Amino acid sequence: MRRPGLTVPARSGAGAGADRAAIGSCSTLPMVPPCLRRTGNLSVARCSRRVLTANFVAARARAGHAARLPRRAATGYPEVRAGGTPMDLEARLSSAMTAAQGGDATAYRALLRACVPVIAAAARAQGVRGDAVDDVVQETLLTVHRARATYDPDRPFLPWLRAIAQRRAIDLMRRAGRRPQEVHDPLAYEAEIDAGPGPGEGMERRQREARLARAVAALPEGQRQAVELLSLREQSLEEAAAATGRSKGALKVNLHRALKALRAALRGDREEGHV
Amino acid sequence: MSDAVSNDALVEGLVARLTPVRPLPSPALRGLVWCAAVLGIGLLALPFADLAGLRARMAVTDLRLAAIGSALTAWTAAVAAFVTSVPGRSSRWALLPLAPAALWVGASGLGCLRTWLVPGTTLADGADMRGCAAILIGFSLPLSVALVAMLRRACPLRPTLTAALGGLAVAAAAATLLVPVHPHDATGTDLAIHAVVVAAVIALNALAGGRLLDRGRP
Repeated sequence: MRRPGLTVPARSGAGAGADRAAIGSCSTLPMVPPCLRRTGNLSVARCSRRVLTANFVAARARAGHAARLPRRAATGYPEVRAGGTPMDLEARLSSAMTAAQGGDATAYRALLRACVPVIAAAARAQGVRGDAVDDVVQETLLTVHRARATYDPDRPFLPWLRAIAQRRAIDLMRRAGRRPQEVHDPLAYEAEIDAGPGPGEGMERRQREARLARAVAALPEGQRQAVELLSLREQSLEEAAAATGRSKGALKVNLHRALKALRAALRGDREEGHV
Repeated sequence: MSDAVSNDALVEGLVARLTPVRPLPSPALRGLVWCAAVLGIGLLALPFADLAGLRARMAVTDLRLAAIGSALTAWTAAVAAFVTSVPGRSSRWALLPLAPAALWVGASGLGCLRTWLVPGTTLADGADMRGCAAILIGFSLPLSVALVAMLRRACPLRPTLTAALGGLAVAAAAATLLVPVHPHDATGTDLAIHAVVVAAVIALNALAGGRLLDRGRP
């Protein structure tokens, strides 16, 4: 392929297994574009975008992991966040792309991460189903990388990005439409994997969310704040410290205790037959 | 969360492969560069030109208009191809060469009509028409290669549309280059040969060029 050597590391170990067990709606299909599938030893599970961050917290709690903290804060480059007015976002993205064209890796990393939600929104607007949105995101990121010289710094960035995302979404839907699906053979038709949620899956998910919400609400104030800010809202330690007035060390301790308490609470639910 | 991890891994992979790039020049400028290449090929063909005959033909209004129309079609179609090769630009730019193309085809058709109306006009025989077709194709090949090579530096999201516009530009440029070496006026059969060759050049560019330009699809 045109991008040799670009591989995506596979996840393995108890953490990933616990995530999948908690999520309950994962498929085992690789979720990276075909070009990458051919270049790496991938066993990455593709999970539904419907997975809520709360489920992730519960999974990490059961697996005994600390919650993932954003790494962008350590880059030193101003984050390109989706907050603020659209004009602010446009200006920040445009500025980051211009810097990336000059070879600024930090700006490029921030730009690509900020592009992910924009691409996902464009793909959903085109009618891409939830489990295929990440394929569109990754194919669009690859195209952005290849086509970065075509961005004109004097023109807005978002229309450029959305045009690529929309085209990749259309390409993906066309490929999906061309995929043969046996409809005349009853056995083959019944065995066709339905990418959508199974019956009752939504209800189970809502029940899990409700149980988790109750468990989080039952935590002491400091622990609850740590979970909400660091895990659910994915704020950095600095941002959470500024929001709560607590030290970073105290937030880490509170988060550790909160995860331990959540793990115990959810284990109790499972033993009582709720899970 | 495996989604997020894989997106992060992909981002890190792309960041690791980041190299500085220079933004592409504007489509109008790239169109001019390609037209300069057309001019260069025309200069190479200058020793074979019938300059005295060219002056006489340019004195005729419809032949002059046809030459101007084909030259304008070549430039506007090339610009439209370069514009549509940039993400985020409107596909309505494909309409840009329509007016010059109408002038080109219309003026060529007038030449055909004049030939029918004016007795004693020298008509092209079969050998002349085969020669015209060979010249058109001979000009089209290097121009197509040059245009596709330039378009591949961009990222055409509608590769077939871009390639078809490129084919129109190439065909119009070849027809313009044919004018100095064209030994006779346009006639109905001559125009038909031109039309077939032009359509073939556009179709081949759209077919082959569409695949060549579609590099972004994994």
